[in-house]
Amino acid sequence: MPRRSAPPPVPDRAAAHPPGPAPAPPRAAGAPSETTAGVPRQPDRRRRAGRAPHPPGATRRGVRVVVRGARDEPRVLGLAVAVSAVYGAGTAAAGWLLGRTTDEVLTPLFAGEPGVGRVDALLAGLALTAVAVVTAVAVALRRMVAGRVFANLQARYRRRLAHQYLRLPIAWHHRHPAGQLLANASSDVEASFMIFNPLPMALGVVVMAVVAAVAMVAADPVLALVGLLSLPAMVVANIAYQRAMSPRVVRAQALRGEVSAMAHESFDGAVVVKTLGREGAETRRFGAAADRLRAANVDVGRTRGAFDPAVEALPGLASLAVLAVGAVRAASGDVGVGAVFTVVYLLAVLASPVRAFGWVLAELPRSAVGFGRVRTVLDARGRTTWGESPLPAGGLSLQMRGVELAHSRETGEDLDAGEVAPRRRDGEAGTAAPGSGAGARVPALRGVDLDVPAGSTTALVGPTGSGKSTLASLAVRLLDPDSGVVRLGGVDARELREGSLPSEVALVPQSTFVFDDTVRENITLGAEVDEGRLRGALETSQAAEFVDALPDGLETRVGERGTSLSGGQRQRLALARALVRDPRLLVLDDATSAVDPAVEAEILTALRRPSAPGAPRPTVLLVAYRRATIALADRVAWMERGRVVDEGTHEELLERRPAYRHLVTAYEEAALAADDGRSTGAGAAPAVAGGRR
Amino acid sequence: MSAPAAPTPGGTRIAREAGDGVVATVRRGLALSPLMRRGLLGTLLLGVLATAGRVVVPLATQRTVDAGINGPDGPDPGLVLRIVLVGVVVVVATAFVSYLVNRRLFTATEAGLAELRTTAFRRVHDLSALTQSSEQRGSLVSRVTSDVDTISQFLQFGGLLLVLSLGQVLVVSVIIGVTSWQLLLVVLACFVPVVAFGRWMQPRVSAAYSEVRARVGRVLGGVSETVVGADTIRAYGAETRTRARVDAAVEDQRRAQVRAQTLVATSFSTAVLGAGVVVAAVVVVGALLGVDGDLTLGQLTAVLLLVQLLTGPVQSLTEVLNELQNAVAGWRRVLALLDTPVDLADPGEDGRDLPEGPLDLRVEGLGYAYPGGRPALSDVDLSVPAGTRVAVVGRTGSGKTTLARLLTRLQDPVSGRVVLGGEDLRRVRSASLRGRVAMVPQEGFLFEGTVRENVALGREGSTTEDVHRVVDELGLTSWVEGLPDGLDTRVGQRGEALSAGERQLVALARARLADPDLLVLDEATSAVDPGLDVAIGAALERLMAGRTSVTIAHRMSTAERADLVVVVSGGRITETGRHADLVVADGHYAELHRAWSSQMSPAG
Repeated sequence: MPRRSAPPPVPDRAAAHPPGPAPAPPRAAGAPSETTAGVPRQPDRRRRAGRAPHPPGATRRGVRVVVRGARDEPRVLGLAVAVSAVYGAGTAAAGWLLGRTTDEVLTPLFAGEPGVGRVDALLAGLALTAVAVVTAVAVALRRMVAGRVFANLQARYRRRLAHQYLRLPIAWHHRHPAGQLLANASSDVEASFMIFNPLPMALGVVVMAVVAAVAMVAADPVLALVGLLSLPAMVVANIAYQRAMSPRVVRAQALRGEVSAMAHESFDGAVVVKTLGREGAETRRFGAAADRLRAANVDVGRTRGAFDPAVEALPGLASLAVLAVGAVRAASGDVGVGAVFTVVYLLAVLASPVRAFGWVLAELPRSAVGFGRVRTVLDARGRTTWGESPLPAGGLSLQMRGVELAHSRETGEDLDAGEVAPRRRDGEAGTAAPGSGAGARVPALRGVDLDVPAGSTTALVGPTGSGKSTLASLAVRLLDPDSGVVRLGGVDARELREGSLPSEVALVPQSTFVFDDTVRENITLGAEVDEGRLRGALETSQAAEFVDALPDGLETRVGERGTSLSGGQRQRLALARALVRDPRLLVLDDATSAVDPAVEAEILTALRRPSAPGAPRPTVLLVAYRRATIALADRVAWMERGRVVDEGTHEELLERRPAYRHLVTAYEEAALAADDGRSTGAGAAPAVAGGRR
Repeated sequence: MSAPAAPTPGGTRIAREAGDGVVATVRRGLALSPLMRRGLLGTLLLGVLATAGRVVVPLATQRTVDAGINGPDGPDPGLVLRIVLVGVVVVVATAFVSYLVNRRLFTATEAGLAELRTTAFRRVHDLSALTQSSEQRGSLVSRVTSDVDTISQFLQFGGLLLVLSLGQVLVVSVIIGVTSWQLLLVVLACFVPVVAFGRWMQPRVSAAYSEVRARVGRVLGGVSETVVGADTIRAYGAETRTRARVDAAVEDQRRAQVRAQTLVATSFSTAVLGAGVVVAAVVVVGALLGVDGDLTLGQLTAVLLLVQLLTGPVQSLTEVLNELQNAVAGWRRVLALLDTPVDLADPGEDGRDLPEGPLDLRVEGLGYAYPGGRPALSDVDLSVPAGTRVAVVGRTGSGKTTLARLLTRLQDPVSGRVVLGGEDLRRVRSASLRGRVAMVPQEGFLFEGTVRENVALGREGSTTEDVHRVVDELGLTSWVEGLPDGLDTRVGQRGEALSAGERQLVALARARLADPDLLVLDEATSAVDPGLDVAIGAALERLMAGRTSVTIAHRMSTAERADLVVVVSGGRITETGRHADLVVADGHYAELHRAWSSQMSPAG
């Protein structure tokens, strides 16, 4: 069913809707469709489009999801089913009671027979009212409790996924696109357990159908047979309906995701679109996607248009058949008006609720697919293993020996085959990309040997893409090498005790992640930090001034829903985050690129000072391009294509490494060339290695 | 259409919602989508017809009971058979009409909404860069996606339901009233409180749902921290804290969801109660009437079945009102976007084309201020002969980027004008402007696809050979060869599979392919390593020989080699001239240059 912004009506009783709009299954009761509500920050077209609606065996696997959910929430689900049974019984009982009233009170009363009076009518009315009250209460409880089952399961699995994300190693994160992981926790969890919304009702309808069948048989077995034959027909028609709808709805949903992703991308790149004058081309591209969505939605509408009236007509036709047979049976004196009316009325009562079966069965495959994705994450193995060694006291050295690491080329594991092929943009050149080999790995580090003595400052220099950032991640054990060893203070990082690193070793990455929280929380990240140290970190990172200028100072909310910070401010925040911990090893991955050069020099000078008199100087590894930055380092490690090919002082490297000289003096050379009045290409383009995440 | 507000200088804001009332909004929305209006009246008439068909079973029951079974001459199966046959024909005909209604409705509304989506999408791109950025990206996207979806939802479900329900309620009420006005009063007495309660509940339910939506957003935000911030969380051992935050957000959302569900359940079960009580009341009152001979048994059964036709509309009232509210809000947001005046109008047919050949650039009394801000540029005058290489230098926030945006007409100036090749930019046709002027912003934005596809965007109809050529010309061949799949390497969403420097390289190649007569570079190689930066600079210089270029320089080496250096400070041009002359003049430029030089050479 199409996504709805609020839960659709669930017809409990013979809710006869006008033609056209069909009561849709109770999707997302309580939760407005979350993919639209939460505005997907990272629309992932490939994934959204790649939903296979009915993989083989999906229904069976869907049943397993139901069993699993039932095990997780046995009590609440049990309660939901119980009240739903009361609702089913009450609804049918009302029909039975009405039939009895017709036969035993109304017919004699209307015929003026003696022995039946107004009091009997009143009593019948009271009985009907009592049943109505019980049913209404049961309906209210059923909806509340069923909604709670869904909400609980959703919350339970969202939590479990988030915990798993926090547990799995960084290398696993790098293999999976963020958009996919977010969808796992939002729409996939939603899809997995949506079935628990209609499930209790469907089970209640079973009770309703049984009670109704008994009432019908009691009224007249022949009429009951006519009426009951229509019930399976209604159920089958509903299942066929849902089965026909499901793939179409899924497809429309996928295309809706595609339209959304396209709009996101196009608006994100609005400046480029404008400068290239591609507004028209973009509109055509978007228009084509909107048109595909239109066609898919119309397809949904046509299917619905064909099935809906047929499904709605069935009970009507059955009622008419009961009337015809009832008239014959009445003529032969076998039944009275009450029996005919009972059966007709019960049919009308049952017509809508039996649809719940269709919803449940339609949800099964979707549950299976959604939960399959959730399980892939929950079952993902591999976690960072730790040893027992403590981190040695004093200055901390960093050593790497024969370190090799390859990144997966293709991020993300395709969970199911793409259904909507990626479309090419118009005006593009050449042919589509060849299918890149899944699982292919691109080496980023090819045998790194590196020595950073305790208390020293080492600059890591190399051309774009030579593996510097990967090396930085290894230094603080965000990643483990495929082979080789990383030693901190002489101890293999894998032998260290869990939790020993974050307080002693800090990495300031190229781009800063800002949490949706206050400045203070962004720096302390929950750690107990006294005010003086916080202040000191802010001063050292040159962040104090802009933080004080914020409306609420340290308590100003930043990030997603707070004040947005400039690139330089974010970098200084990240520095303060690292410095407040007084780390013994500090790794700066081009972490001051957005800071003014003069400010950078002050920061770097300050952070090399010991945190307290007598304390060892922190060991610093910094990725840098600027000569002034490099000048602050005791030593320089020169990287090329995933290897540290030389180590030494700046002067030594200038002397013996032409590539190094070329890189760090490029501007001076260019200036000299300009002074000489020659403006030719400055030498051959430097080598750029291809390693990337 | 309300008259669009006149474009205010310096960009406009997109209103959150258009200010029209419910009826006016629907009317305007329909007026904007002619495809949606087509055949609407016919669809509604057919819908009413289909509604009318629904009363056939109750009426057939009544005739069967009164005339067929309890008739004066006893049961009459022949008569009942005739009644049933007529009933079957009507039911089947009704089903067919319903099918037509659905088909027509979906076809028309979807056509209209696709049209609306595309129109709104185009409008976003016609706004100036500033107006675009005044709006959060997600909100802009939702105006062409989920907002339109809520309209579609409403039109195809609740909207039609509302219209037809009214018809159904009316028809059924009339039939009941004709049968027995007393019973009609009983029915109304039971349902009116339910309807009143539903209407009273609706805003509360609606508020509960917005609360759920807000919290869902918070949950997603929390989960995204565990994913996007994984490196930071791990590096700083912030797992416990993050876990607590996510758990709290999840629990908050669960609570809100249960609360909303409780409200809905209450509102809904009231309708169920009303439907049950009305049956009891009709039975009692009907019996009393029957004793007095005012009602037949058939009439009573018919009323009992007819009442069932009322419960559906009553039960879904709250729901439909919610949908209506959402749809109107969605429509208002789309309308607000369409109401935003195009502040960067293409002169179209009336415009001029840029003259052939090299372009000279003249800036006259240029001034610009961001809305509510201090002037970003004031009284900027500049004359650049065709073929000149201009370098613009100045501190962060001095107005360099604003100047670049005005020169390329990403925004229009508040005062003064930009004259390119003798034509005021505002009078140049968009196609001519974008074909001759290229700009590379600092953030090299890439579209999902391959490197090749992204470069090829530079010029419509370019070939793979063209792409290879520009890569070669810029000296990027060895870089491309180092990519996993060369030119066919996929760049990921927004180019995130490449590093910031690599994205800039692709953007540069794209601009080079455009082969512009005016090239504006806004710190376009700031994230590239120095060696490559210099090599590209040299290549560009060679390739742009004889053409005009304006480079916002992040490194003084660019200024050293430029034909003309423009120093911007505090939104004004403070110095112009050649590098050598400016160094001699020993002003602001000389100071900037000295600071830079000292950073480049090792201290001491």
